[in-house]
Amino acid sequence: MVPLYGKTLDELKSIVTAEGLPSFTASQIADWLYHHHAESIDEMTNLSKKAREMLSAKYTVGLSKPERVSESADGTKKYLFPVANNRFVEAAYIPDDDRATLCVSSQSGCKMGCLFCMTAKQGFQGNLSAGEILNQLRSVPEFKNVTNIVYMGMGEPFDNLENVLKSLEILTSKWGMGWSTKRITVSTIGLIPAMNQFLEKSNCHLAISLHTPFDDERRMLMPIQNVYPIADVVDELKKYRFSDHHRVSFEYIMFDGLNDTPRHVKELVKLLNGINCRINLIRFHPIPDSPLRTSPDERIIQFRDSLTAKGIFTTIRASRGQDIQAACGLLSTKALQEKR
Amino acid sequence: MKSWNEIPYDIQRVISNTAVAPGAYILKFKKNNPFIAGQVLALGVSKEIEPRYYSIASAENDELISILYTERVEGKLTPMLSLLNLGENIMVSKPFGTFTHIKPSPVFIAAGTGIAPFMSMLLTGKASGVTLIHGAPYPEYFYYSDTLIGRLGENYIRCCSRCQPGCLFVGRVTDFVKQWNDLDVNRPYYLCGSAEMVVETRDILISRGVPVSNINSEIYF
Ligand SMILES: Cc1cc2nc3c(=O)[nH]c(=O)nc-3n(C[C@H](O)[C@H](O)[C@H](O)COP(=O)(O)OP(=O)(O)OC[C@H]3O[C@@H](n4cnc5c(N)ncnc54)[C@H](O)[C@@H]3O)c2cc1C
Ligand code: SF4
Repeated sequence: MVPLYGKTLDELKSIVTAEGLPSFTASQIADWLYHHHAESIDEMTNLSKKAREMLSAKYTVGLSKPERVSESADGTKKYLFPVANNRFVEAAYIPDDDRATLCVSSQSGCKMGCLFCMTAKQGFQGNLSAGEILNQLRSVPEFKNVTNIVYMGMGEPFDNLENVLKSLEILTSKWGMGWSTKRITVSTIGLIPAMNQFLEKSNCHLAISLHTPFDDERRMLMPIQNVYPIADVVDELKKYRFSDHHRVSFEYIMFDGLNDTPRHVKELVKLLNGINCRINLIRFHPIPDSPLRTSPDERIIQFRDSLTAKGIFTTIRASRGQDIQAACGLLSTKALQEKR
Repeated sequence: MKSWNEIPYDIQRVISNTAVAPGAYILKFKKNNPFIAGQVLALGVSKEIEPRYYSIASAENDELISILYTERVEGKLTPMLSLLNLGENIMVSKPFGTFTHIKPSPVFIAAGTGIAPFMSMLLTGKASGVTLIHGAPYPEYFYYSDTLIGRLGENYIRCCSRCQPGCLFVGRVTDFVKQWNDLDVNRPYYLCGSAEMVVETRDILISRGVPVSNINSEIYF
């Protein structure tokens, strides 16, 4: 059975054409899937009975509920979703005062090998389809409360660009879920060709994992630096005009004694000169056997203040869900993978 | 760098595409841009398929570029690469990448085709005092072993995961590194291959006391 959830309008048109159904049926199906949140083809009552029967023979809506939930003392919830080939991914629901953010995964595992990341230790198991990405949003019980979505869970979104772009199209189109692009942020370590395609095709916000402005240090933290040095990533970004509508931000995990000195502030300012951006400072959440430690809070605050004084809008991201391994860099389903 | 349809690329003619082990090939074509040992190229056969990256395996001053690749049965590009014949066209980007800063007395650790950048460095004469640890499933996958035995002698260590006990270390590179008596925490380590191999080997090196600042990796993602 082929899932319909996660198909774009064009894909739905191809399906209905192949089934010999009128082309407007595609819009009707999109409406049921993405506006009325139908869970079965039977619910699509403005489709003829024959059309529903024909579709049901080959297709299903294809939603899947989370198999497990862990709840943090701070209200964050981590959901475990099954995906194709007996794999799993995690999504984190992070409620705040006036917003609720869902952090979704785009791959099961990851190939990028960042030193500070638990997902890296799991290796790569596969790309998620657009439906599997969106199912994480659609199938959390808090679906209706979610105000923002960030592609910052397991995997590198731009290593699965096609499906990520499809999921964004469905999220933001009028025929889809109609979300504002301002509520969506996609995070990357800077795969330049895919990043450029994203910037040309999508107006969603972009977040770049920067973590240090110095070559040698970044190479040690993120092997991708050998292929796409951060200076090249930033040069590419300088070709785009960012505003509040299409924002670029930089993620910066604070490692004790490694990337938290005044020298780093100076180099960051130099690197980002000319880009309208912001920096998010993130506490490092230690992973087993890691030689890295998080910077003390007072140094993080100092770092923020120094950057702000230099004219870069800088925030410190609150750590959420650390007690349930839902915080940044802690997502992994390796143990489950090994059990299967 | 623009998407593949927009980046400048050269069309080169294939000079040879030789099977060196089951499913493994060395592809050669004319060099048209200088490169630094350790750099990669993007290769394609048509604009319909996104390019894939390949480390250059030949020396900087060679007239030909050599690429060592393995065919992935379910892959998009490599099954097409493996069908290329002499004189056929291939799309080649400019060389790029910075896996090129090699400190003295390095330890190179590679799995499979991950040996390619190290070959380029060795053939170019860019690295001295090298120990090379190479992992492969069967003896025929130790590409370039004749050259390497001659150049590195005992400092060329082959880890063969599916070999019978004999002259090679039986096991993966990670097994070897775990119990390597001569591991020197002060040497610089260079890792190249799949994400799994790199992440696991890096963890073992760290657990054995190698500072992370001494570890540099290239991942074949
Ligand atoms: C910097 C760099 C240097 C490289 N150098 C070399 C080199 O010197 N030699 C070399 O051989 N390779 C090298 N590679 C790898 C190379 O770029 C290709 O990834 C490789 O050749 C496979 O290409 P492909 O198009 O045949 O396979 P792809 O179509 O890209 O698929 C790759 C593999 O992943 C599997 N796969 C694809 N999709 C999924 C999925 N959804 N779930 C699970 N598995 C999946 C496929 O079955 C296949 O085995 C390098 C990569 C990088 C980044
Ligand atoms: S930080 Fe992101 S890109 Fe890096 S290994 Fe983890 S999931 Fe992959």
